This record gives sequence, C-alpha cells and structure tokens, in this order.
Amino acid sequence: MIAIIDYGVGNLFSLAHSVKTVGGDAVVTGDAQAILSADHVLLPGVGAFGDAARKLRQTGLDAVVKKAAARGTPIMGICLGMQLLLDRSYEFGQHEGLGLIPGEVRPISEVIPADLKIPHIGWNALIDVKPHPIFASVKPGDCVYFVHSYYGAKCGDAVIANAEYGAPLTAAVARGNVAGCQFHPEKSGDVGLGILKSFINWNGEA
Amino acid sequence: MITKRIIPCLDVKDGRVVKGVNFLGLADVSSPVKLAEYYSQCGADELVFYDITASAEGRALFTDILKQVAERVFIPLTVGGGINTLEDFDRVLKCGADKVSVNSGAIRNPGLIPAAAERYGSQCVVISADVKRVDGEFRVFAKGGREDTGMEAVNWIARCVDCGAGEVVLNSIDTDGVKGGFDLEMLDAVCRVVNVPVIASGGAGNIQHFIDLFKALDKVDAGLAASIFHFGEVQIPDLKRELRKNDINVRL
Repeated sequence: MIAIIDYGVGNLFSLAHSVKTVGGDAVVTGDAQAILSADHVLLPGVGAFGDAARKLRQTGLDAVVKKAAARGTPIMGICLGMQLLLDRSYEFGQHEGLGLIPGEVRPISEVIPADLKIPHIGWNALIDVKPHPIFASVKPGDCVYFVHSYYGAKCGDAVIANAEYGAPLTAAVARGNVAGCQFHPEKSGDVGLGILKSFINWNGEA
Repeated sequence: MITKRIIPCLDVKDGRVVKGVNFLGLADVSSPVKLAEYYSQCGADELVFYDITASAEGRALFTDILKQVAERVFIPLTVGGGINTLEDFDRVLKCGADKVSVNSGAIRNPGLIPAAAERYGSQCVVISADVKRVDGEFRVFAKGGREDTGMEAVNWIARCVDCGAGEVVLNSIDTDGVKGGFDLEMLDAVCRVVNVPVIASGGAGNIQHFIDLFKALDKVDAGLAASIFHFGEVQIPDLKRELRKNDINVRL
C-alpha cells in the first residue's frame, strides 16, 4: 500500500490517480497506523512552508514521517513536501523542517537574474541527473513540470537533479530511503508517471 | 531553461466538446476525456477547459467530466467559464483542476482575485482577458467578448496581477478567428507591464504564427489555440518540431 499523507493542505486527487495509474495501491490518509504500515509513503504539499509545517506538527504526522523514515520505508516528498524534508525554511520567517535531508529552503530570487519571472513555472528539463532508483526511466532532456518560488539550497551531495532557470535550482534530492522532487511528477506526463512507478518499485536502498 | 508551452483549448457544453472537432482515428471526437488523452499523447503542455454551459445540470456534467479527465491525464489542467465565487474555485479544484481562469467574474467582483489568491495561491489564479481596440485604446470586454466594459485593458490586467493573478491569458478579439497571426502589438503592451507568465490567444492560423510569436516576444510563455488543433490544421508534434528547428525551446 502506498500512503499519500493527508494533513489538510492541497488537493491530492491527481497524485492518488497517477499512483493508481502506475499500478500502486494508493490510499490518501492522515492515520498514523496506516502510514506506518505502508510499503511506501508520499508526502505532498502546496502553499506556504510555515502553514504546512504547523499542520504537520498539529496532526502529529511529523513524528510519524520521521518514524517511517527511521524504519527504512521509502519516502518521497513532492514540491512543498520535498521542502518539508529539509532542515529549515526561510519562507516568511524561519521554520523548522523535518531534517531528513540536509538543506534549507530559500527564495529563488536570491540566485536567479532579476529579469526572470517568479514563480519558476512550466516544463523544464532535468539536468545533472545522478543515478538513483527513482530516475531509472529518466532520459537526458526529459522535462518535468515545476511551480515554485522557493528552492532547496545547501543540499550538498543530496542533490540528485537540477533544473536550469538562470541558475541551477534543486529539482530532486535523496538521502538513504528518503527522496524528494521539487517538480510535480503527477503533472509531468509520462516522464512523471515513470518516476512514480520507479518510486513504488524502490526498496529504499540508494 | 523553461520551455514555451503549447496549449489546446476545449470549449465544453453539457459535457461535450463544441466548436467543431474533426479528427481522424478518434471514434468519439466530442468526448472531452478522449480528446484530452489524445492531446496529452500529442505533446500538449497543458489543457484548458472552458465551460460554456449555462444551466446547473450542465455545470454538474462539466465537473463530472473534469474528474474523468483528471483521473487519466497527468499534465496541468486549467478550467474556466462560470467562475464567479470562491465556491466555484473550490468546485473545480476538488475535481482535479490545477489552475482556475477568471474573466467576467473578476470584472463584476474585483475582490475575487485577491480572495482566491490568498486561499489557493497565485499560481492557481489565471486572469483571462478578452481585449479589443476601441477609440485608439485597448478595452476589456465582458460576457464572452460581447460587452465593452469601458476599462483600459493594460492597466486593468496589471492591477489583476498586482492583486494576485499568477498568469495572464490575453485573448485578442481583433485577431480571434481571423487566422492571420497573434496580436503581437497587444501582447507586447501587456508583457511590458506584468512579470507573470503571459499566454497568447487569438489569431493562430498556422505553424509560422507560433514561430513569429515566440521570436518577436521573448516574454510570451505560451500559445493557446482551439480550432486549428481540433481540425488538425496544425498538428502539435509538427508544431513543436518546427519550433525546435527555429531555436525555440519546447518540450519534445
């Protein structure tokens, strides 16, 4: 069973259906036992970091995600869900993240040229792609769909892909059995479905 | 670098696609679900569904169709038509829409865009403007292009963006349906004042028009069209190949 964590932010309709499309038994849930018994865990998220982090804490699901991570369950964060995996965020103040992957969330305006539009929105190619099980089907030049104004900075060797937008922006991160995509695989056509399929087939070993 | 987007627009009435669709190899050419799957496979970067139904029954059919599309097509979906309240946003977002486009609703109620942006985020709110030249200025038209609001368009669009719209669809009534090319002058005027993605609509008749658009206006992010795609006059794979040949960055 693939648990898609529901902590009251965003619409999980497309994500649930995309996981089902690639053969996963997707369950949208906020129940700790269901999440801890899942084979794979997806942490979605849209909106502001502070609000999402607060909701995750209020529901106690922050501890559940950390527990699942410690047990070795393959976990993947998507968009804001990826950002929540990092140490902290500087979006409207400073907020603590889950600290499962090193790095901090900073505005893309700090690194891209001033004439580029914010958010970074649309289809962009994955570059600097490192070999990783979730990228098993990704080919050079493959594009995925991004919508974000903040990015994962100082992720060091946890970065497994970038996207070029006036500067290289972190597109995906991984450490052990935990991974994250800044882009939306559930909105990235066949390339995205391929990544989701690889994720649900991943045993958590890097 | 971010790619230029190609977006087919489907008008839906009572759960069926209208405005003429003529496809070879598609058994049910007026099924929004079949067409959405077809376009997604062809390389469309995003789909726009416009609900032109007037009745409550038709509206319920539309959301039902939208759900079916969102269950099967995994590219961004924008929905417009009949969006007047936050409840309308909620209704279509729950069915799998990623962005919601407002037009007359934003003209009638200036509070709609800021309220929607606060609740759902700017990335979710698209201002779609029907614009026509009147007395030497660009004017915003309401009610599907039938009613002159008297408002100057460029400033009005800039205000919509300032109060939270994250994307602009600019439909030129002057070039719409003429197939003589996009309205570069009008697009340029809007691109100069906003720093969010601008989607060009109205006037595309052939592949060269898209090349001209992206070559002339670097700040335009996407080209939207309806009938030329539905009638197969322009095939999206051919269009994207030609754009790539002309050094325009597209997703192939």
